[in-house]
Amino acid sequence: MESTITRKHFLKVSALSAGGMLLSFSFLDKRLAAQPLDDTVFAPNVFIKIGADGTILLMAPNPEIGQGVKTSLPMIIAEELCVDWKKVQVELAPLDGKYGDQTAGGSGAIRGRFAALRTVGATAREMLVEAAAITWKVLREECTADNGYVVHKASGKKLSYGALSSKAASLDIPSKPMLKNRKDFKLIGTRIKDVDAHKITTGQPLYGIDTRREGMLFAMVARPPAYGKTLGSVEDAEARKVNGVKNVIKLQNSVAVLATSTWAAKKGRDALVIQWNSTEKLENTSEHSAAFKEMLEKGASSHARNDGDVDAVKQNAAKILNVTYEIPALSHGQMEPLNFFADVRDGKAVLYGPTQVPADLKADVSKQLGISAKNITVGVPRQGGGFGRKLMTDNGVEAALISAAAQSPVQVQWTREDDMQNDFYRPAEMYRYSAALSADKLLSWHQSGIGIGRGTWGDSYVAGALTNYRSDNQGLKSNTPTGWWRAPGANTLAFAAEGFMDEVCVELKKDPVAFRLELFKQAKQDPVGKITYTPDKYKSVVELVAQMSNWGTTPSGAYRGFATWFSFGSYVAQVAEIKMVDGRPKILKVFCAVNCGQVINLSGAENQVQGAIVDGICHAMFPKVTFVNGAVAETNFDSYEFLRMKDAPLDIEVKFVDSDDAPTGLGEPALPPVAAALANALYAATGKRIRKMPFAESLRQAGS
Amino acid sequence: MAKYTLSVNDKMMSVEADADTPLLWVLRDHLNLLGTKFGCGISECGACTVHVNGNAVHSCYIPISSVGDNKIVTIEGLSANGDHPLQQAWEELDVSQCGYCQAGQLMAAAALLKNFPNPSDEQIDANITNICRCGTHVRIRKAIHMAAEKPTSK
Repeated sequence: MESTITRKHFLKVSALSAGGMLLSFSFLDKRLAAQPLDDTVFAPNVFIKIGADGTILLMAPNPEIGQGVKTSLPMIIAEELCVDWKKVQVELAPLDGKYGDQTAGGSGAIRGRFAALRTVGATAREMLVEAAAITWKVLREECTADNGYVVHKASGKKLSYGALSSKAASLDIPSKPMLKNRKDFKLIGTRIKDVDAHKITTGQPLYGIDTRREGMLFAMVARPPAYGKTLGSVEDAEARKVNGVKNVIKLQNSVAVLATSTWAAKKGRDALVIQWNSTEKLENTSEHSAAFKEMLEKGASSHARNDGDVDAVKQNAAKILNVTYEIPALSHGQMEPLNFFADVRDGKAVLYGPTQVPADLKADVSKQLGISAKNITVGVPRQGGGFGRKLMTDNGVEAALISAAAQSPVQVQWTREDDMQNDFYRPAEMYRYSAALSADKLLSWHQSGIGIGRGTWGDSYVAGALTNYRSDNQGLKSNTPTGWWRAPGANTLAFAAEGFMDEVCVELKKDPVAFRLELFKQAKQDPVGKITYTPDKYKSVVELVAQMSNWGTTPSGAYRGFATWFSFGSYVAQVAEIKMVDGRPKILKVFCAVNCGQVINLSGAENQVQGAIVDGICHAMFPKVTFVNGAVAETNFDSYEFLRMKDAPLDIEVKFVDSDDAPTGLGEPALPPVAAALANALYAATGKRIRKMPFAESLRQAGS
Repeated sequence: MAKYTLSVNDKMMSVEADADTPLLWVLRDHLNLLGTKFGCGISECGACTVHVNGNAVHSCYIPISSVGDNKIVTIEGLSANGDHPLQQAWEELDVSQCGYCQAGQLMAAAALLKNFPNPSDEQIDANITNICRCGTHVRIRKAIHMAAEKPTSK
């Protein structure tokens, strides 16, 4: 009951807020000082609403795609606000410029907002303290905020935030609120469960796919079956006969069927008779691989980085290692197949659905449909995974086009096949390495990368630690679309580079942990060229994981592999411990040390790391995307194989390096090194070096 | 179109649908029970797992015409107050990330506990085959063990 009343208040505030109360991200601007909306609610900025009954609503500004920011971002506000987390309600913010950058990508939400959201919370806290001091006619320095109350210790007086809310709303916004000391944090760094945990476990509607609006039709779309094909003739008579089908809409390069249920829309879509014309080359993965090899053989015309002279040093080398690593294209395979709701009528667009870039979607719909941005609203529900797929706006734009053409609210639902056949794939890549070795030293490192659309990056370690280092970068043009996929670039490069590093260690008979530490020492003491990582932070995770795993003492019957990688500002080191069962690895345990600055939500952070490790193992081991005559051969989970429980690690132990630094990324950084950690463990177990993903296929081929 | 009467979460529900409509879409589009999720449509991922007479079944692969008077339980009916030992363990261990597959995971786990009240890791491996791209497997395994130890789960 209480929450119903509260909600009404909040709605009232929201309605009134358009009049000018709520502050933009530049909340320090005095001209935008808080004005009371009514006598019951305090809302010093767009992130916080405090009801007279003490209810606190915090807005989570960035899309929730499983990375936990619906919980962790409001935690930062709540920490500085000094409220009881149990009394906090959280909502996902709709798209609104007042919230700043509302992207979910690049492991950036916490990194980008930590400082600002602390100030958001501290601002409100100081105003509430001030309100109490005025009420009691005491010095504000004598008053303290504590768990949703302001307390005057000397007199024992105490007032709740709710009771102070109206007075606080009349005060000026402090220009430089005091932030708490880290040692006084009560919430940040603790284990807080996901704010939607109960809704998830009880199956309450939360996701885009659960959208139901008055008058809404369900739509399915027939899209080109291959890259290089375009829409020709359409025969829709049979489709229109299907029970429940209401409309068929021809778009530029696809056909939508609208119906009263998802199943009717699918049956209607499948009943379309469409002629697809081949208008471009229909490409094949086998041709991509051959072109990669040819281009690597030919060599790059320029270098991404070139320290010393990798060619000259080969003259005096005791040994030269030359190897090639191969990585396939991947689909995103987020568990919620793409969908989107759109209602585009009368020059207005209401959009609601899964997107990692609501602002981009708004801009794209505005441009493509010629609707003024001010007439477009974008709401973002909780999402069944992102992984980079929804950094593209195609699903939302398509729904808007269909709704506009049909003049009806519409929910466009993609099947799994639609999703996998119309993706922006993690590009296939190939890396060639050449290293010169003396009897006991790594003398040079030459990395040549090539991928669909793009190649590798030049500056990651071992750059900076070696006198002779070269990195080349080539891209192959293709009409198969590529995009961002969890830890882009790093997810492939770390496998190749850290796999090859293990090969170097084997050749030099060096301990993999000790050898990395030597390199980081070298990079710190005598860096070569530009250095893009902090050697001491690398050292911190390598040492911590060695300690966690008691490195050097492998349990009997088990085999271990080590790898480390830096991405999105965070450092990760891992030890994978496996045994072989019927030619496949059973992963007994993964030890993982992380240096990501301060941890906000210990439960969420650990979950991200554990999840990224399983995700990385899954995609190292099983799936691949193959293009055959422009079409994707793996269109669902029967052929696009995913890891199941039996192949997941039995245990993953995660430790974070204690740090006062501002938080860095965590949705992605634990994924890149794990494929190499596993490949290196497989080498220890079998003596076979795996240089090609998916590993399960490589292991089968090696075994036969 | 034909008329069907289904037993869902201990209630009799009347539905008019084509005979080939998968139970998944009947639940979601006709009965507005949105907790059961669509993931693959080919009985591979388990996001749509429900109970049919107590057994875990992929609802995307069962046409409504074959449901008959079998008793269906969805995530909404797993417990009266959302407090099944598995639901409690899931929350306590903060299992979910995106959360999308978890209704199916819970239904699969609940059927497992009926057959094996105190399952071994091998039994969990063999019976929990649902896909989770977020990689919550380690916590799912722990939550199943935790729920098995709660007194009310038997």
